[in-house]
Amino acid sequence: MSEPWDPSKPILEIENLSISFFTRLREIPAVMDFSCTVMAGEAMGLVGESGCGKSTVALAVMRYLGKNGRITGGSIRFKGRDLTNMEDEELRKIRGSEIAMIYQEPMASLNPAMKIGAQLAEVPMIHQGMAKDEAWKLARQIVADVRLPDPDRIINAYPHQLSGGQQQRIVIAMALMSKPALLILDEPTTALDVTVEAGIVDLVKELGTKYGTSMLFISHNLGLVLDVCDRLCVMYSGEAVETGNVEEVFDKMRHPYTQALFRSIPLPGADKNSRPLVAIPGNFPLPHERPNGCNFGPRCDYFTDGRCNAQDIPMAQVPGDDRHETRCIRSTEIDWNAPLAAVKMVEKTPIGRVVLKLDDLKKYYSVSGSAFGGGAGKVVKANETLSFEAREGETLAIVGESGCGKSTFAKVLMGLETATSGQIMLFDENVQNTPIQMRDTGTISKLQMVFQNPFDTLNPSSTVGRQIIRALEIFKFGNSDEERSARMLELLDLVKLPRAFAERMPRQLSGGQKQRVGIARAFAGGAKVVVADEPVSALDVSVQAAVTDLLMDIQRKNKTTLLFISHDLSIVRYLSDRVMVMYLGHVVEMGTTDQVFQPPYHPYTEALLSAVPIADTRVQKKRIVLEGDIPSAVNPPPGCPFQTRCRWKSQVANGLCDREVPPVRMLEGGHQIKCHLPDEVFATMEPVIKIAAE
Amino acid sequence: MDDALSWGSIFLRIAAQLLPVWVALIATFALSMRYKRNLGLYGRIFDSPVGMTGFGLVMFWVFTAIFADWIITHDPLAQLSGMKNIIPGSPVKDAVEGAYPYYLLGGDHLARDVFSRMVMGARDVLKIAPAATVIAFMVGITLGLPAGYLGGKLDTTISFLSNLVLAFPVILLFYLLVTPEIRVTGIPTVLAAILFIFPVIFLTLLLNARFFTNPTKRNLYVGGILVIGLWAYSGLAFNADPLGVWSMDPNMLNVFVSVVFVNSPGVFRIVRGMVMDIKTRDYVAAGQTRGEGPWYIMLWEILPNARGPLIVDFCLRIGYTTILLGTLGFFGLGVTPESPDWGSTINYGRRLLAIAPHPAVVPAFALMSLVLGLNLLADGLREESMKD
Amino acid sequence: MLLFVLRRIGVMILTAIALTFIVFYMTNLPPNLEKLAKSEASVRMADDAVASWLESNGYGGSVFVRYGEWLGVMPGWTLTDEDGTIRGRCIESGQDPAAAARYCGILQGNWGFSTVFKQPVTEVLARSLGATGWLMLWVMIVMVPASLLLGVLSGMREGSRTDRVLSTVAITTTATPEYVSGVILIALLASATAGVSPILAEAGWIEGKTLFPGTATSAMDNITFWNFFLPVMTIALYGIGYIARMTRASMTEVMTQQYIRTARLKGVGFREVVMRHALRNALIAPFTVIMLQFPWLLNGVVIVETLFNYKGFGWTLVQAAGNNDIDTLLACSVVAVFVVLVTQLISDIGYVFLNPRIRLA
Repeated sequence: MSEPWDPSKPILEIENLSISFFTRLREIPAVMDFSCTVMAGEAMGLVGESGCGKSTVALAVMRYLGKNGRITGGSIRFKGRDLTNMEDEELRKIRGSEIAMIYQEPMASLNPAMKIGAQLAEVPMIHQGMAKDEAWKLARQIVADVRLPDPDRIINAYPHQLSGGQQQRIVIAMALMSKPALLILDEPTTALDVTVEAGIVDLVKELGTKYGTSMLFISHNLGLVLDVCDRLCVMYSGEAVETGNVEEVFDKMRHPYTQALFRSIPLPGADKNSRPLVAIPGNFPLPHERPNGCNFGPRCDYFTDGRCNAQDIPMAQVPGDDRHETRCIRSTEIDWNAPLAAVKMVEKTPIGRVVLKLDDLKKYYSVSGSAFGGGAGKVVKANETLSFEAREGETLAIVGESGCGKSTFAKVLMGLETATSGQIMLFDENVQNTPIQMRDTGTISKLQMVFQNPFDTLNPSSTVGRQIIRALEIFKFGNSDEERSARMLELLDLVKLPRAFAERMPRQLSGGQKQRVGIARAFAGGAKVVVADEPVSALDVSVQAAVTDLLMDIQRKNKTTLLFISHDLSIVRYLSDRVMVMYLGHVVEMGTTDQVFQPPYHPYTEALLSAVPIADTRVQKKRIVLEGDIPSAVNPPPGCPFQTRCRWKSQVANGLCDREVPPVRMLEGGHQIKCHLPDEVFATMEPVIKIAAE
Repeated sequence: MDDALSWGSIFLRIAAQLLPVWVALIATFALSMRYKRNLGLYGRIFDSPVGMTGFGLVMFWVFTAIFADWIITHDPLAQLSGMKNIIPGSPVKDAVEGAYPYYLLGGDHLARDVFSRMVMGARDVLKIAPAATVIAFMVGITLGLPAGYLGGKLDTTISFLSNLVLAFPVILLFYLLVTPEIRVTGIPTVLAAILFIFPVIFLTLLLNARFFTNPTKRNLYVGGILVIGLWAYSGLAFNADPLGVWSMDPNMLNVFVSVVFVNSPGVFRIVRGMVMDIKTRDYVAAGQTRGEGPWYIMLWEILPNARGPLIVDFCLRIGYTTILLGTLGFFGLGVTPESPDWGSTINYGRRLLAIAPHPAVVPAFALMSLVLGLNLLADGLREESMKD
Repeated sequence: MLLFVLRRIGVMILTAIALTFIVFYMTNLPPNLEKLAKSEASVRMADDAVASWLESNGYGGSVFVRYGEWLGVMPGWTLTDEDGTIRGRCIESGQDPAAAARYCGILQGNWGFSTVFKQPVTEVLARSLGATGWLMLWVMIVMVPASLLLGVLSGMREGSRTDRVLSTVAITTTATPEYVSGVILIALLASATAGVSPILAEAGWIEGKTLFPGTATSAMDNITFWNFFLPVMTIALYGIGYIARMTRASMTEVMTQQYIRTARLKGVGFREVVMRHALRNALIAPFTVIMLQFPWLLNGVVIVETLFNYKGFGWTLVQAAGNNDIDTLLACSVVAVFVVLVTQLISDIGYVFLNPRIRLA
């Protein structure tokens, strides 16, 4: 190191940073007046919804803003040196050696045409001028350090030969190759499954302690930040609105946005009937349409005209706390401990008769052996003996990670694919072998679907109104165009969108609004059973609450049966009546929400519960991290599908798990578990989540 | 006898001759610039210098073709004595009263005015190239959509056939397909019968898929398309239009059909690829789960969202077709000797390149600038359509 | 992998059979045969005389049988004349019919006799392919490095001034088909009355009247820079623009990929990023393009050889087609189709090899 640096001083000091992007038409400020400090060994979390500028801050620290981005004010000091006006050559020396970055999409972040070893070894070869074989040796060691099996094979592999979780470990290894002082993690686990995420989070925490690296951890997930970070900074619309110790901010929040954010996420204890979520009203302001004064003003419950929108609001110290600051001028006036005003309680919907009944449903695919065709065909068992009933007005959640067969199940149910065997009874009609083309309009309109990706669910070249009217035409609703267009407007009312939206193109709508149109379209024919495939997982948390709420509302009105497919256990606990947990095509556990969330668990459910990060300091979780990745559905393990990762396997005698698929066990109250574990062991299981007494 | 004009006055005189083109160009640009924010993708061409240059070049030739009758200085077929291979700017010998006194860009090997032939050549090209490209697109789309969307045996079969055509060296195909002998056998008519039915099928499917829920409207639209389409079809493909409105010279039909035939597989490939990509989108699944028929999904859910790349390819393909037409002319295939089209003019001019280059160079530059314009326009469109 | 190659070869053979049959059918259409009969026997033949001439020269049977004979999978035709001599496809004049082979198609190496060049087609082909081989070789030597360099340079920093200039050059050359660029190059460099030659000649810098000769006929015997520059450049120019644009598109796409950001933020310098990380990924697409360029290069060859009067493959094809030389035209088609299909095969296999994502998947 050329100049001495005092380790008691901050590693990274960002002061009044402003960043703008310049387009042909205008300057778009992305980050304004942002300050934060990261001390040595500290983990700093940057939290906010999409578009709040958190990733821009990270890239600014790397000085990598692209052609259009520019730092327009403030300074970024790394170990006392200002990065904002550093020469390219000097920057190059810092990048990768002293500041390293971990990215959101591991597959895209690794060069597909280079071996893993070469990509890793490059770092010390550039920065320390290390010899090639020495660098490869180091690479092998670090690969072992990030707990990847068989490092010798891995350093000679290409990225596409690894699974998503392994790729992310390689990206982490790459960042650690030259023991950086600061690690920037940009949503490192968003693209991964929850159980894989848990492993990565553990690894990051452990390595942070081991190497004493400081971290800037960017995430939209408050639970994850609580897990990983010491301090956090909440961002909203390009500004930091609150910063402080994680515990202090979580328990003693002093900014209305932070508070609203916490009220809109489903924490344990929230319930759709007695304690519903509170969505943040309004929309995120567009960068060039930000209001005067407080950016959150128009959506804030505590807004006072003439004060909040009078002038720019500075960050202010919260008295009594350690470096806890908030950007709210009313922070000292608001009664932060006041209970949520006027919680609207709703009657629980009565559960009616059985509307959908599946009996022993199986769906097998045959796939060809290799990419070039030929070879022996293999059979992928996407769904294995699925049996359940769903009743009128009931919400049945289907939970599982990628490859568990939940999407295949949705396709079979909708008639886009036909089942291999078994029965699907919809209102006493067997639809199992009827592909969608053969179903009559009545059947089709009774059974509809809401899709996952809001950016994909609407046809980009057709207006919102036109798309809903088309659904009405197909469902043979009404006798004239006028009738249908009147009904379309009613549907827009139903999903709480302004009627003027009928003329809009999808690209003019936000993600949440598009999802509402998707819901309106699904209910156009008075659907009785709706399959919702991860309808909110791609939305920001504050929008999630509103869309979930809407779905529940419509369900109550129409007595709809909702099949809610999700990987997010928090939201499932919040809204479902019954839960079905799937793993590699098998239903491993099924029961009422209470039954599934309380012991005895299926070992997979237990691990899943433990893996979901919860943004509540009172919650104590038992840490269960599963080994390895989810096996491929093309090549499932013999015997119990979960046996490769199960921590209870040793409790079953005779290696039964390796040989036989467990039978479905009926426990009390219709609770089903597919497991070999003896009853005594089930009895000893402890709850994963405990809420500490207040 | 006057002296030949200097290059400066040649240019001035040509510019004056092109006056209607300038007026039309200025009007088009002024109006488009004024309303460019309301004109969608077309308007955004005017945000890109590349796109604007390309559009300008293309429109220059379009207007030249439209106003050709006013622009030409001499009859493009008239052979004036003493003007053989004469250099640009030469005065006409023994000029008739009222006739234009100069050969602005010289005379060719048959003593015809090069400038007038070039202007008329633009009309020849712009009559065939865009129309042939449109038909090729309809063929490519009508086959590419089901191949990409449904896959299976249908896809294998059509893809094999299209690869067959693509594997043929174009010139060989032209030498086999565009000959006087082949016209006797009726093969061009058979090809025309196959290729020209596609627009009718395409439009019928398009409207039927959209309006089958409303039989009155459907019958009106589809009926209209079928009546007009089949009427035009009978005239163009079989020269059997009872009213005699639609017809095509057999020579021209031969060229037209060959060009469409060569272009369709390329369009097919692009469409098929795009369909395979777009069909995985959720809005397609949404259409399927509400019970839409496959043709509605292909034509109304998938096709509109493939329009960006297709428009770009359309521009490039008109350019390519222009080159192909030039190639045909260059080898003297399917054109009459006196035709002013650029390809055959280059062909006749090239034999005397060493002594009189202008009869070949003038149409060469004309062809190049038109194709360049189309390429630039396509580039501008691509750039602008990616900006969303 | 082997299976993949075998499948591709199977499809290729099927394609080749289909294509050659189409060519055979099209060259053996009744009007062509009638023309052949009239040119071989007598111009003023009556229709029935034409029919009997065709019948007695083996053009009688169904087109499938004749295709089979031509290919060499069916026995060649034999006819007994009125005077008792046996003639046949495989029987050379004066040869004992019993000693002649039963099959004599292209598979047996019998490619027929050229009516234009008055020699066996194999000899015509050998000579012309040799000439074209040299032309193609030089075109490749000029075109491939130039276009890749152009494409990589302009794609590496999208929107920079280098990019704009090089892109304009590339787009202009793709708008210039060979018959246009050839004409312009000749007018500019090889015309006694226009372009640079008169100026140079006046200044006494060149000996002859023109800088370059306007034909390449002399290159048939002796290739020099002077007689080969214009034809090579004419073909290469169009290809350079096309491949450069593909390379540029591929390069700009690669440069926006996240792994390029990863490499930059690892501290790899810009040059190194381009050389080590971007290039290999960016060259996968142009490789296939270069291979698929062959059908179009064949076009260029035909045009340029006609324009510069260079008696190679393209020139032969034009002569054969223009003069109804059926055997030669068929042979040319076989060669053209073969070249196209083989390059497609190489392109497919090469793509798999260059792209590790496919190789071991």
